[in-house]
Amino acid sequence: MSTHTCECEEKAQQVAADEKERYEKLDKIIETCKGQKGVLIQVLHQAQELFGWLPEDVQIKVAEGLNVPISEVNGVITFYSFFNTVPRGEHTIRVCLGTACYVRGGKQVLEQFEKELKVAVGGTTENRKFSLEVNRCVGACGLAPVVTVGADIYRRVKLDKIPGIIAKYTNGRS
Amino acid sequence: MENLTLTIDGKQVTVPKGSTILQAAKSAGIHIPTLCYLENVHAIGACRVCLVEIEGARGLVASCVYPASEGLVVKTNTPRVRSARRAVVELMLSAHRQECTICGRSLNCELQAVSRQLGIDKSRFEGAMPKATLDLSSPSVVRDSSKCILCRRCVTVCHQVQSVGALFPVERGFDTAVVPALRKELSEVACVNCGQCITVCPVNALYEKDSTEAVWKALADPTKHVVVQTAPAVRVAIGEEFGMAPGTRVTGKMVTALRQMGFDKVFDTDFSADLTIMEEGHELLHRLQNGGVLPMTTSCSPGWIKFIEHFYPQLLPHVSSCKSPQQMFGALAKTYYAEKMGLKPEDVYVVSIMPCTAKKYEAGREEMSATNAGPDIDAVLTTREAAKMIREMGMDFTSLPDGQFDDPLGISTGAAVIFGATGGVMEAALRTVYEVVTGQTLENVNLTDVRGLEGVKEATVKVGDLDVKVAVASGLSNARKLMDKVVAGEADYHFIEIMCCPGGCLGGGGQPIPTTNEIRLARMKGIYDEDEAMTIRKSHENPAVIALYEEFLTKPLSHKSHELLHTHYTKRQKYPAAGSCECEKVEELVK
Repeated sequence: MSTHTCECEEKAQQVAADEKERYEKLDKIIETCKGQKGVLIQVLHQAQELFGWLPEDVQIKVAEGLNVPISEVNGVITFYSFFNTVPRGEHTIRVCLGTACYVRGGKQVLEQFEKELKVAVGGTTENRKFSLEVNRCVGACGLAPVVTVGADIYRRVKLDKIPGIIAKYTNGRS
Repeated sequence: MENLTLTIDGKQVTVPKGSTILQAAKSAGIHIPTLCYLENVHAIGACRVCLVEIEGARGLVASCVYPASEGLVVKTNTPRVRSARRAVVELMLSAHRQECTICGRSLNCELQAVSRQLGIDKSRFEGAMPKATLDLSSPSVVRDSSKCILCRRCVTVCHQVQSVGALFPVERGFDTAVVPALRKELSEVACVNCGQCITVCPVNALYEKDSTEAVWKALADPTKHVVVQTAPAVRVAIGEEFGMAPGTRVTGKMVTALRQMGFDKVFDTDFSADLTIMEEGHELLHRLQNGGVLPMTTSCSPGWIKFIEHFYPQLLPHVSSCKSPQQMFGALAKTYYAEKMGLKPEDVYVVSIMPCTAKKYEAGREEMSATNAGPDIDAVLTTREAAKMIREMGMDFTSLPDGQFDDPLGISTGAAVIFGATGGVMEAALRTVYEVVTGQTLENVNLTDVRGLEGVKEATVKVGDLDVKVAVASGLSNARKLMDKVVAGEADYHFIEIMCCPGGCLGGGGQPIPTTNEIRLARMKGIYDEDEAMTIRKSHENPAVIALYEEFLTKPLSHKSHELLHTHYTKRQKYPAAGSCECEKVEELVK
């Protein structure tokens, strides 16, 4: 039928609408912080939560909104390892390498994730599904080694559990 | 003010509360070596060269930021202090591309000086060098990060003094680098090319784009008629490059040096500065009488022009349409002068010597071409580059006899020479506007209200029936204050003079290094002395300018004037195009 739009078109429209919504939300965040001193990091934090990373357009929007030079915004972002200037995957897998997790095999867990996902620490898989990062202690040392995926926490992770964790997020839209 | 007393190296020192240890030591005649510190501008304790020992404290402290307090016992010269300072500088050297013999800042390098002062004669540390970038994209400023010692002076000047914010440190630790916004090339970001970063750089990490090679080539080309113009602020500063005291007036020696270098004619930008006053003064009158856009701002400073294009594009109608004196000179050299001499414009090669790096950019603006023979100005040398060429000639500059500028583009007045100091254009314009409007002679030509280093100056001058309200700003953060007032509708001025660099052109980005407030004041005195020494001190009385109007331009704001001496401006983006490039494009490993 001619009125029917194909799936990919629909998806593209959805993506654009989501993006527009995120920028509107960013505007609101900036609006509430405008004129206050020392809010840059706070705003960047919220912006990253919104976008998953901090693309140049977002950096420029923050700079303009807070009346801070773009050079300074970018300088702050690149100083803190928390901020990302490359696109992130849908899910961020963080493997804890705090002392307790480290001695209980965190490093091997991390290496296994790298192998399974074919991506190095700090990188994002080709399909933009996963980004892999390292955590420095999440304060749950009794559960070592700990892996978090987004807000989900996996405790006492053994190497053979890893494919299952990945599979859980691989299928479906989310 | 409340005082406090502390002990430094066994000496009782009393200083005002709020002083740092470094200031206290200085007042007691005790010298603490520094590197990143820059008086009145930059004190962040980044380089750790100014470390001192404090009795009872665990570690050494950076004296440039550590506050003096009552009863503090400070030692500035112990084995522990000396060894720490040495280690700090040796580490810096280990990440600095050392090529002192061929470096542009050799013998005028603060790292070299401090290293010598600390007696460093070997380097203990060898290892990885940070990734280096050589950014040649800007027509004015070159960045060579292989020399950068991360003192951040350039960042402070760019953000605080100029409110431009083109540079900032990115990344952390060993990866730290001072780069243009978003790691773009300098030409891609909102940099105004003022070169203030160059004048504060302790090393050769920032310097002007070289034009000396091009000028030597033109001078050696028998088919070229090579003329040179010298800006007002050069004559009171170039002597510093040859060990003379700041502010020494060396106009005659400079003319002789340039003539010996082989220029066919040695002319003066002061001539076209007088012409600028004629055009700009009449433009102001025209705006006043015909309800034009006010306040009108000056347009001679190319850094200021690029600043307003990037940051206040909506205010561009306020800017005078007059070209700068450099560009008026170029347009006339390739038309009026070429015709007079029976030369083809393409055979006239025009060089300017400017206290300025932004002039290099201005010369390359596409609208700055009055003939079909390419740009009106072929090459721009900074004061430093001109001095370099004089050195290359092997001349003993200080003992040169005085020469005279050539006719006709070398004839000028006192009103023109003061263009080199903040407030000078305003003063010169008012000298002429007053007489044009009232028909009376201005007895006291000295308008001292607009002189001096203060960032923003205001005055009201009675011209006939009208109280002309004027404002003068130098340094772009001061310009910003005035522009914010204009945006808010709170500026009831008629005329605003803006100079990009603090103190005006005498403190320009192309001037001898260093430039401190003390040096600015000395150069300023030189400028006003030069004005006083001139027989004619009003632009409209310049006989060569009068002849130019009679023979060629007819009258100010004539059709021909508009064609040759006026220009237009371009709205520019404040932000670089997003996503256009990431660091790869700029990163060019220096071997």
